[in-house]
Amino acid sequence: MSEHLLEVRGLSVDFHTSDGTVHAVRDISFYVDRGETLAVLGESGSGKSVSASAVMEILDCPPADIASGEIHFEGKNLLRLSTAERRRINGERLAMIFQDTLAHLNPVYSIGWQIAEAIRVHRPVGKAEAWAETVRLLERVGIPAAESRAGDYPHQFSGGQRQRVMIAMALANRPALLIADEPTTALDVTVQAQILELLRDLTRETGMGLLLITHDLGVVADIADRVVVMHDGRIVESGRVRDVYHAPQHSYTRRLLAAIPGRAPPPERASAATGPPLLEVRDLVRHYSQTTGLLGRASGGVRALDGVSLELRRGETLGIVGESGSGKSTLAKLILRLDEPTSGSIHFAGQNLIGLDRQALKTFRRRVQAVFQDPFASLNPRMSVFELISEPWTIHHDIVPKAEWPARVAQLLTQVGLLPEHAARWPHQFSGGQRQRIAIARALALEPDVLVCDEAVSALDVSIQAQIIALLAELRDAYGLAYLFIAHDLPVVREIADRIIVMRQGVIVEEGPCERIFTAPRHPYTQALLAASPVSDPDEQARRRTALAEATTAAATG
Amino acid sequence: MTGYVLRRSFHSLITLVGLIVIVFFAARLTGSPADLYLPIDATVEARQEFTERHGFDRPLIVQFGDFVVDLVQFDLGQSLRKHRPALDVVLEAIPATLQLAVVAMSIAIVGALVIGALAAWRPGGVFDRTASVLSLAGASAPDFWIAISAILLFAVTLGWLPTSGTGTLAHWVMPIGVLALRPLGILIQVVRTSMLGVLSAAYVKTARAKGVGERSVIFVHALRNAMLPVITVAGDLAASIANGAVIIETVFGWPGIGRLLVDSIIQRDFAVVQAGVFVTASIIFLMNIVIDIAYAILDPRVRHS
Repeated sequence: MSEHLLEVRGLSVDFHTSDGTVHAVRDISFYVDRGETLAVLGESGSGKSVSASAVMEILDCPPADIASGEIHFEGKNLLRLSTAERRRINGERLAMIFQDTLAHLNPVYSIGWQIAEAIRVHRPVGKAEAWAETVRLLERVGIPAAESRAGDYPHQFSGGQRQRVMIAMALANRPALLIADEPTTALDVTVQAQILELLRDLTRETGMGLLLITHDLGVVADIADRVVVMHDGRIVESGRVRDVYHAPQHSYTRRLLAAIPGRAPPPERASAATGPPLLEVRDLVRHYSQTTGLLGRASGGVRALDGVSLELRRGETLGIVGESGSGKSTLAKLILRLDEPTSGSIHFAGQNLIGLDRQALKTFRRRVQAVFQDPFASLNPRMSVFELISEPWTIHHDIVPKAEWPARVAQLLTQVGLLPEHAARWPHQFSGGQRQRIAIARALALEPDVLVCDEAVSALDVSIQAQIIALLAELRDAYGLAYLFIAHDLPVVREIADRIIVMRQGVIVEEGPCERIFTAPRHPYTQALLAASPVSDPDEQARRRTALAEATTAAATG
Repeated sequence: MTGYVLRRSFHSLITLVGLIVIVFFAARLTGSPADLYLPIDATVEARQEFTERHGFDRPLIVQFGDFVVDLVQFDLGQSLRKHRPALDVVLEAIPATLQLAVVAMSIAIVGALVIGALAAWRPGGVFDRTASVLSLAGASAPDFWIAISAILLFAVTLGWLPTSGTGTLAHWVMPIGVLALRPLGILIQVVRTSMLGVLSAAYVKTARAKGVGERSVIFVHALRNAMLPVITVAGDLAASIANGAVIIETVFGWPGIGRLLVDSIIQRDFAVVQAGVFVTASIIFLMNIVIDIAYAILDPRVRHS
């Protein structure tokens, strides 16, 4: 009999695949008490989500297989219960919220219906009563006009609101324990701060335990009481958040802490920017019109980009930060000439790119290359690494003579920190970080002057992120490359940018040297953005939390 | 929602108009009706007189203009063969085909939902593998061959069923069986794939995490989502049953629109061909509207797009 709310003892989970057995979780033990928040911290593949899914009994078995262990919850060993008995606990005593809320809410039922279902599955209440309670829950989690919005469908809500809906659904029966699997990872920092605030309030109010799965040390510092660090399916360290942060015992934890971006101002670097502007953007505007009616009349539209100007010099890194809907990716698309602007001009090396003929555009394309966010989607899985890197040369014939392709591919692979023999392999044989290196090698194959990095490190684990940023900085300094470094994550930008542009709703709200933006932000929105971005030091984060509320109010009015 | 249905209907209407234009001209490429309706030794004058009487001597574009003017008044001309309004001839043949198509499609859809869902329930199991092999065979077997083999086996050798014609319930068995075979085979595969995808969807996990029972997970959360691609394919198949009907009705001597169209094309009875295509296309046009509405009812994302 265990006195803890949830206690996991010696849990091991295997995945039986055609390539053999993968030990995803190996002999882990942890506990959560009532009213306590335990963070399970780990990078991708560490087994943190698998452990949570095992507690919730939503693992797909097969291929998963709980090889050993016990899961005690409120005095019951969950692994000994039948599926029907487990379903009575799920959603009643034990609830879960997820990262990708659009995928985790049923698209064809209204959110009110889905919350009411959670109530009616466990309690014998009438439809009207369940609906009234649903509206109350939506009000509690901060959905405005809850009564009229309860009949709306998941796709009609923003990401942050959908997470609130998921939380309302999880709270429907006042569970004793809430499992949150990366609940804020897909959200903007200001929205993340609000959701974490809501979770903190709810644990305090209801006394429920919170098991938080995350890869983000800032989130751990913000909300958790204790933390367990997972690596390779094992728990390598556990303890109070403050102790683990200040005195990490395990070498992996120390490596993880060292890799956090933007912890300290990077060593002073004189901007290498030289010469006249390589890229000059003037008053760039992109409107997307929406058409309705039989004949497609224009009816309103979205001003994705509303008069943006910027300059980029050789050897310089310009960071572009902003939340979703700020227009930063539209800007990248326009500069890469993958989309037509509504008005404005883009000059590259003195030449206006708008209205170029196909041949001139082809010459331009080789000088501006891109690295995208998702290294799994941006590499064709049916092409070998050699084909991926050499493909640009089949379009631009004059760069490398065919006889020298193997030597040049080997050289590029070495430059990005891979091995020449990797040329014969296929994308699926590489990890996310290695794939992003391949994508960089491919971009460099055309010997460009400018690299547009659109969230190029956002999908990577913290430790890998640091490596890729170091690589990009090294390549920039070696070849005098100029970067447009687009990211939603402020600390990451601080690591590499010389100057920063802060965007909001299609316009630039602030522009300035990197350190000045971070140390003395002028625009209230920049201040709110910085305040909302959590830091990994739990004491520092506690101070910032108080400052945040004020800055958010200021930004809303300013 | 009304806007969506109107927009879709407008698009279908354009297709319908285009189809009628093509049929009008394509039918006239087959040659002159005078060669078929007059005796082989008819005089040049007699041919001339026949052509002029039916207006086939005028420039094509003038004939087309008249056709359009008549069409908007729902006058589709006279049948050369039967000396009656072409529309009447077609409308008499339609019910026989519709009965055949509705019964065959109903059997295919209901059968596919049950068999496909059961196959997806335990993927790789004995039922799943049997269903996969048989449905693939059904989807790929040529219907004219199946039809003729079925007559040989059940009518000629075993003598259980009549070879052709209408009248008793026994007359229905083979035409419907053969007509339903292909849609059933294809739909089983679609339902199975769709259901498999939906059952591993994230919202199914959420439902389980909420404590929803397994029956409700499958029939409330999964099935409605799995229906969406099935409706699209079922709509296409229902339209293509018009093709199947041509073969089935010819082989089994079923007095429907398919056989009428084949006979009219061979006989160069232009008015009946045009009326037949017009009526069939209008039915498919109406069915597409019904499918679009069904889609909008099932999927709120369509309603709001």
